Order: sequence, then C-alpha cells, then structure tokens
Amino acid sequence: MSDAVSALEGAREDGFATVEELGLKGMITLRGGLDTPEVGAAVEAAVNLAVPGRGEVLIADGGDHAVAWMSPDELLLVMSYEEAEASLAGMRDALQDQHALVVNVSDARAVFQVSGAGCREVIAKLCPVDMSPGAFGPGQFRRTRMAQVPAAFWMPDDQTVQVVCFRSVAVYVFDLLRGASATGGEVGYFG
Amino acid sequence: MSTRLATGGRLLDRGRSTEFTFNGKRLRGHPGDTLASALLANDQMMVGRSFKYHRPRGIVASGAEEPNALVNMGEGARFEPNQRTTTTELFDGLTCASQNHWPSLEFDVGAINAAFARFLPAGFYYKMFIHPRPFWKHVYEPFIRQSAGLGKAPRDRDEDTYEHFHAFVDVLVIGGGVAGLQAARAAGQAGARVLLIEQTAHWGGRAPVDGGTVGGAPVDKFVEETVAELEAMDNVTLRRRLMGAGVYDHGYVLGYERVTDHAPDAPGPRHRLWRIRAGQVVTATGAIERPLSFSGNDVPGVMLASAVRDYAVDYGISVGDRTVIVTNNDDAYRTAIILRNLGLEVPAILDARAGGGGALADEARGLGIRIETGKGIAKVKGGKRVEGVAICAQAGEGAVLEEIACDAVAMSGGWSPVVHLWSHCGGKLNWDEAQAHFRPDTDRAPTGADGTGFVIPAGAANGELDLAAGLKDADSAGKAAAKATGHKPGRKAAPKAEEQAGNPIEPIWMMPQGAGIKLRMKSWLDFQNDVKVSDVQLAAREGFESVEHAKRYTTLGMATDQGKLSNINGLAILSDALNQPIPQTGTTTFRPPYTPISLASIAGEARDRTFQPIRRTPMHDRHEARGAYWEPVGAWRRPYCFPRDGESIDDAVQREVAATRERLGLLDASTLGKIIVKGPDAGRFLDMLYTNMMSTLKPGRCRYGLMCNENGFLMDDGVVARLDEDTFLCHTTTGGAENVHGHMEEWLQTEWWDWKVYTANITEQYAQVGVVGPNARKTLQKLTDDDISAEALTFMGWADVTLNGINARLFRISFSGELSYEVAVPASQGCALWDMLLEAGNEYGVTPYGTEALHIMRAEKGFIMIGDETDGTVIPQDLMMHWAISKKKEDYIGKRAQQRSHMTDPARWKLVGLETVDGAVLPDGAYATAEGHNANGQRNVQGRVTSTYHSPTLGRGIAMGLVLNGPDRMGEVLDFPKVDGTVMQARIVDQVFYDKDGEKQNV
Repeated sequence: MSDAVSALEGAREDGFATVEELGLKGMITLRGGLDTPEVGAAVEAAVNLAVPGRGEVLIADGGDHAVAWMSPDELLLVMSYEEAEASLAGMRDALQDQHALVVNVSDARAVFQVSGAGCREVIAKLCPVDMSPGAFGPGQFRRTRMAQVPAAFWMPDDQTVQVVCFRSVAVYVFDLLRGASATGGEVGYFG
Repeated sequence: MSTRLATGGRLLDRGRSTEFTFNGKRLRGHPGDTLASALLANDQMMVGRSFKYHRPRGIVASGAEEPNALVNMGEGARFEPNQRTTTTELFDGLTCASQNHWPSLEFDVGAINAAFARFLPAGFYYKMFIHPRPFWKHVYEPFIRQSAGLGKAPRDRDEDTYEHFHAFVDVLVIGGGVAGLQAARAAGQAGARVLLIEQTAHWGGRAPVDGGTVGGAPVDKFVEETVAELEAMDNVTLRRRLMGAGVYDHGYVLGYERVTDHAPDAPGPRHRLWRIRAGQVVTATGAIERPLSFSGNDVPGVMLASAVRDYAVDYGISVGDRTVIVTNNDDAYRTAIILRNLGLEVPAILDARAGGGGALADEARGLGIRIETGKGIAKVKGGKRVEGVAICAQAGEGAVLEEIACDAVAMSGGWSPVVHLWSHCGGKLNWDEAQAHFRPDTDRAPTGADGTGFVIPAGAANGELDLAAGLKDADSAGKAAAKATGHKPGRKAAPKAEEQAGNPIEPIWMMPQGAGIKLRMKSWLDFQNDVKVSDVQLAAREGFESVEHAKRYTTLGMATDQGKLSNINGLAILSDALNQPIPQTGTTTFRPPYTPISLASIAGEARDRTFQPIRRTPMHDRHEARGAYWEPVGAWRRPYCFPRDGESIDDAVQREVAATRERLGLLDASTLGKIIVKGPDAGRFLDMLYTNMMSTLKPGRCRYGLMCNENGFLMDDGVVARLDEDTFLCHTTTGGAENVHGHMEEWLQTEWWDWKVYTANITEQYAQVGVVGPNARKTLQKLTDDDISAEALTFMGWADVTLNGINARLFRISFSGELSYEVAVPASQGCALWDMLLEAGNEYGVTPYGTEALHIMRAEKGFIMIGDETDGTVIPQDLMMHWAISKKKEDYIGKRAQQRSHMTDPARWKLVGLETVDGAVLPDGAYATAEGHNANGQRNVQGRVTSTYHSPTLGRGIAMGLVLNGPDRMGEVLDFPKVDGTVMQARIVDQVFYDKDGEKQNV
C-alpha cells in the first residue's frame, strides 16, 4: 500500500496556530447496539477501549487509537491506516451473529490538526460550537458543520484540535483552517 | 469658524499629528480624533449635500446617529461609500471625499432642486412619474437613477479579509457606558459568563463629558475603576469597537467588530462578525438626543447640543466662537456651561419652556449667560454656514423679536432611549409622557424558547436618564440577567451617584408652535433624505395615516441612518396632524442592523477559494494537469472533456467518444454515490426503495434499479450490487448520494424503525474508474492474475480482484453500450490506479473521457439520465421503463401514486427517440408544436426535447424527447420552432440508436 496517498499529502501552514494535514488514518464506522456486550468486545479488541458515552471520545496509546460516539447507534474507530483492514475483519467476525455494520471509511476522510494556544479560536471562527474551555475540551467529540461542510473534531490535549472531514473537501477545509489561523486574526477571546 | 482649541481634548494624543486628505486637500488631525472631529478642527463644517435638494450639509452629531457627514472612504480596492465620519477613527493616510455633489461640494448644480423645493414635496415622484407608463422605463428612471444615490459603488475587488466568530455567554451586555459597565459588573460578580461590548474605542459612554459624581468621586474615576475590575475577572470579557448589530430569536445576537478600520495596515481581518448565543441580553445602549424642528435647522453649524460639548471636551474643538443654545430641557445647559468655561461665547440660551430650567440653568445664569425663556428660533440665517438666528416667542407664529449673530447653534429636543436592540426581537415600548419619549415596557420583553424574556434594558436605554437612577437600574439589570441564567447575584448595592434635580422637559415638536407653511417647509426632520415638517403633514392630509405608510410616502427614516434623529420627531408631527396621541401613532419597526454593517462581514470567509466547497475526486489533480475542461456536477467538479492543444471543446468530445467506441476510454466515476445497506431486512428494504425486485439478486451480481419518491416521480437510478446475503451496495447518481442516503434513513427512522437495516454512505471511500471499450478486458487482464474472462465475470457481475497489488472491485456494467468495467479501489490509491490504467492502456490508445462523451454514448444507447429525461414530474412509465417495475411486488415507494388517474392517463407524454430530418442538432429543451393556440395565445405543444447531441458514431444529430402518444407515432415528423423563428423538423424513432441488440457489451 505504499502508493496510498492522503488528500493533501501532509500540507502545513503556520499562522497564529499551526494547521497540518495528518496524512492517512485508519477509520472504521460501526453501527449497532452500542450497549450490547458483543459491540463492547469488538471495540475493545480493535482499539483496546470501551464504548464512549454520548458526545465523548476515548483515546489510548498516545493517540494511536481512539473511539468516538457518532450517534446513538454509531461509533467511529480510529487507528493507523495499516491496521484498519485487519481490525475490520476481526470486528466482522466478532459481530457476525449480531445485527451490526462495520465498514472501512479510512479513505473517505481527511484529517487535520490545528495546534497552538489559539486552536480553539480557529475552530470558533468556523463552527457554531462553544469552544470555551469550560464547554469543550479533551475527551469530548463534536460533529458539526465547518463553514459549509460537515466536520467532526476532538481535542487530544488542550492545545490541539483534530478535525475530520470528507476527503473530497480537504482542499476547502485546509483553506478554511489556514484562513482562520492567519497571523493578525487572533481574537483573544478564550483567555 | 470651527477650530481646535489651544488645550483640551480628553481622547487626543496632542503630541502627535496625523495626516489625511478630504476632497484632495491635505489636512491634519491627532491620534484619537474621529474623522468628523478632525474635519471640524480644519474648519470643514460643510461635508456633503442632501439627497433630494442637494442642500449643504454639516456635521450634526458626534456618534452613530449622524445623518449627514458621510463620505466616500479610501481608494481602489479599499474604496467604500457612505462611511460615517463621526464613527470613523482617524488614521494616518486616510483619504476621503464628500458625496452627492457635482461638480464640487462648494458649487453644486443639483442644488437647483432646492429652488424648486416647493414643487418637489413628498410623493412627488409617485405622482409625477406614473404617467404615461412607458415614460417610466425610458425617460424618468434613467434620469432619476443618475441623480439618485449618495455614495459611489466600489469598482474594484475588496482586498481585505473578513471573518465570523461564534461566542456563547450567559450574559451579553451591549453598550460600554456607565450602565453597561455596572450591569456587567453585577452579572460578573454573580459568576455569570459575561461579554461586554462597546461600539466605540472608549469606555464610559457620555458620562465623562456630561460629568457627575459616583461615590463622591468624578464619574471618570468610576469608569476607570470599573473597567479595571472587569478586566481582572476571568468570567468577563470586554471588547471595544464591537457593536451590537441585531438581536434575534432565542438569544442569538450579531455583533460587528471593526478590527482594523482604525489601523488598515495592521494584519488581520478588517471586520469580524460575532455570532453570539446569549442566555440573557442586557441592552445598555444609551440615548440619542433629538433635534428641534425650526426653520433652517439643517444649515451647517446647527448641531445637537450634546455633540457640541462632545467635540469640545473629547477633541478640544470649538464648533464656533459664538454658540446659541436652543432647548426644551435642562440637559442642553451643560453645553453652555462647558463652552463658557472654555472661554467661548454663548450669546444666549433660548429655552422654549416658559418656566425655564432648574439647577443647571441657575449655574449657567451664574456664569453670566443670557437666558431667554419661552423663546425659540424663528429661523437660522445663513446658507452654507450659520450666520445668526432670529428669535421669536415659542408660543407665537414666528414674528422675529431679535436677531442674534452667531456661528453655531446647539439644539436639544430631549433624549430618546436607544430601544433598537430591545425592539428587534419584539420588545414593546411605552410612551413616557413626563420624559416625552418611548421607553421599553419591561413587562413585554422579547421572549425566548421558554416564553420568558431574554432582553433586559439598562440605564438611559431604559429611560433612566439620570446618572444615579441609571446606575441603580443597570445594577439590577445585571443581577436579573445573572439570576435568569442560573447564578446567584450578591447583595452588594449599586454605587451611589449624586442625583441631579432639574425641571422637566416640555415636548416641543415644532418651533415656534404656530409656525406658518414657509417656516415648516424649511424645518427639517430627516436631514439625509430631505423630509420636512410640511412633508409629513402633507402625507397625513393625503391619507397616509399609518406611520408605516407615512414613512414610505415621505421616505422619513429610510436613509442610511434609518431615522435615528428623525423618527420620533416625525411621528410626533404625524400624531399632531392626525390629532391623536403619540402612542396611538406608534413607531415604525426597528430592524437590524443598528447601523449598516459591511456585506463582506456577513459573507465572512465565504469568498475566493472558500466561496463554496468544491468536491474533488482523488484524481482531480491528474485531470487538472491533463487540461480538463471542468463541469460542476452538484458540488463536484468533473471533467467535461480533455481538450488537447488547439482542440475545441466540441472536437475533444467527439474524439473521446470515437476513441472509446473504437479502442479504449477511461472515465473518472468516483463521484457516483455508494451506499452500503446491510441487515437481515436489507433485501426487503431495497424492494420498497426500488421499483424492481432487489431481494432476488444473487451475491456477486448487479442489477439496475429505479428509485421513486412517494409521489411516484423518478428521483434516482443506479446499479445495485449484492455483496453478500445481508449486504448490498447501492450506486446512486453523482448529485443524488446525500439525498438518497437521507431518503433511506428517513424511511428507516420514521416508518420502518423496527426493520433491521443499517446504512452507510461510503461514496468517498472509493476511487472508481470506468474502463470502457473493445480493449477494456485486455487492458485489465494485463494487470491481474485473477480470471476476468467473459465466462468468469459475465455481464452484470462483479468480482474482487488484485490489480498490480491494489485490492479492487470490478463491476462489469456498461452505461455506454461497450464492453465496460467499473473499477473501485480505496480513494487513497485512486491516482495509482489511474496511472496504472493509462500505462496498461497505452498500447490500445487509451483516451480519458469526460462527462459529455459519457452523455453522448448513453444517449446513443437510449439510456435515460436523471435530470435530463426526468425533472421531478416524470414517472418511470413515461420513460417506457415498465420492464424495471416489478409486477410481483405488493408495494414499493411510489406504487400507489403511480396508480392515480393522472399518472395512468394515456395522454402523458412518453419517451421516444428523435432524428432530425437534415441531420442537425435539435436545441435542448425545444418544444414540438401542435395545431392551434392555447388560452394565452401561445402555440399548443405536443412534446419536448430532453437530451440532444451530435452523435459522432452516427454522424448526425440525435435526441430523446417526451412526446404525446410518441411510441405509437413512429416515423411521424414533428416541428420544433427555434428561438430565431426558424423551424427544425425531427422524426420520431426508437430511442436506441446504436447496437440495439447489445452485442458490443456482451463480448
């Protein structure tokens, strides 16, 4: 799979926050009964994490693995790109007697990281989300819109936001993020 | 003349100077000046001309309410008209020019209108230009357009950037005067998240100019200490140059931040639109002084009394050496006292009240200022500048008692609370008889989702004009807002200010009260739109009794200032003319924004590269490099064709069709929607979604299906592949993926919630390439060891294969009629696949083709295209697709609708092929005419063209169309009139023009 390339091949721009494309990530969509033991076991086997609560993301192994709550019957599992196919097969096996859907969506996505003290402001310019530290922080997961496209994000730590969008709009989202983080555009709102 | 005083100017940095130009003249000001104060410092009292009569116009106010002093600002990519000089902070290098005059500000040809003012009353245009009707378009409108409009439209692209910002707070306090500061403090101390915004660059509002003491110390100190205290609070944010523009439902507020207007060379956006969600909104927006309506009140040099003292105290400006004060309330005496203490002349204070003023009047009298009670101004002398006033008894008809020479007039007709933001979302007003103004009725506040109020007015904006009362009111507003958002306010009392006793205002709507028509025709209400007392009275006489009608008939309050100075005076005149109390007349509607905001701030980031998201396939850059001519399909960009050097678009398309049919073509089909449908009930579910049977499809096989909405109309089509017993992959049209996915989820979530089906839209997971043409299999076989022979992978089958190490899924389907495969690989390997196919196909003359070649090839085969053959009113039966409608199934979405009488009407137009008699190409959408005319005198029609192309394969024009009884009329020739008046003829034929037996795709 050496010829697999991400949408923007690691593009990066430094403003008052740094925006970079993180390259290929493994992602699996799981739909099923989130409170069933089978789903719990499948998630644990894949990413060594429990099923997250509403609006939450759980992260393990220094960020290499994560699982996010997408909706009452949907999870997003994050891992390395190379792991995804094997994890997928394992989960399908584990869930074969269940009514569940697991599907690889690694290639359907682009992932960006916004880092620096101003990362909250960059998001608050583009998404109708309360980004103040008391309202959103590490451990939470948000599906929303970013300007005119769907997006989701979480904060691995207080200085970093990771944004997931559809691959086809990677250029648009990168342009949005670098515009919102351009030097001189600091808002100074979140202290 | 107006000039800069030797000392003073609390907002100025007098040690430095700032250079700017006005109408090409180089002038100087100081940092801290507004453009208006800097113009006054240079004796530029006259700054423009009025809209209708081109009367000379001077600066009237010192803030957001200014109607006159608007300029064309900047040049080139930074040009912007109608910029208010009173709210424009001066910066080095500022250039501006006055508006609405020709050829020059001093000498203006349009001013001739003023000479005919008697013939240009309210409604003149409506009455004059209505007849004869054709004259409006060809004579009147072009003439009026030329003379209308204040500023010029910008010509160049705006080079600045703009952005939005989303903020969420418990309490938003709008207005940074003493009331706003105190409200923010009270809410902040209770622990609420508070955002305090102020439209100017300074805290404290009017208080530092108007004076007073809080807790025994000057009010300036209170401002300073409160700001410092708020800045130290973690839960409070203070922002200047951020105006509350509009209050909307459920606590949504738009704020307009002018980030770099005052420093245009600084990096960063010019404006930032704040989209604020607040639990409670405190409007501490202050009050606006009203002008008095006397003859000549529009002559440059006549200003609001508050503005005269603002310029003196804030900017060290003397508006004139001798200033006559005219008032109906105590407040204007402050101006007299300040001017006199600065050593300037105040020849007289004309107090229209017979009883005169209170304590402030005594103070003025003590300074030796002449006070005339019961007197007013009969008329102002002077044209481009005040030269004097003629005084009269307010009670009389304007007989001149005395003329007083002066070069400025400071007027005060009382104060109107700024109720705009309170009113935007439905806050109601009461008329306060004692203070002669509308103020918020706090029992009828704008209500939120829970039915309780979410806006609380504070201080002067709530009609509490006195400093002491205002602070107290603001304190309780702040506490109430905190409480309403779940916080516990402290018991600390509001700071105490010294109360100021005075005599009450007397409402004076016309000066003198018995002014004759000559005076009334020169008594301005709306300075920018040239509406006078006489115009409003005329409107009332002509039956425009509703305040909203009178507004539109006279244009009162319809200028860029939206009547901040004129509305209350105008409706008082209207009430008087209608002989009814003011509350019965009521106000016009207050609508956002409070003052005009830039359109660019509303657009925010949505411009240039980020104007709209463009969806790119994984191979987009490859196509770009090949010189693709792009076509938008939904939000996607798809290559329409790939013209070679010097090749026309048409030629490229024809070449691509021929090369594909004869040798090998490649199509980027990644945009096709791909939706996984999985579960024990998946087959049953798809049987309901598609008109044909899907549950009988075998794993490994594909089937084409039609999808209708509940009204029976065709909405999408595509190939469904069964991946395993429980899993289907549904392909949709490019533009239909999200819609179809939403359609599926809606039925699953609302109707069949107990069916065991999950869906996932995986459109973007795959790059998909159509490999099409007689050499398609040979090309693919070069890349794989898997058996893809005609026997192993038959038509309408699919198989997982490995192509040079890439995991791929091969669908043997054809939309062109050729031997054809669609190859799907993970999107990240799309470019690798594309490159690989180009290389492998090289020996067969591989040709990438675009959407137009795709369209032509499908039309040659008679295949329909959603959006061409369908338009939301077409059912599958119209398209003769009965073969794709299952007769065995009990039900599918749309089945019932398709049984309704109109759907089964044999007269519905049906799909046929059309072949032009002379081989030319029919125009798209052309109608076939029938005998006779309809009720509207139009030709009757009997069909229309849905798709039309030049077919390179057949060397002639081919088309499809919907025609009345079409399938029964094979061979008949129809007339298709063109827009140029000529008529084309086409013969009804079978719609399959090419390879009717499907031999080519079955090899």
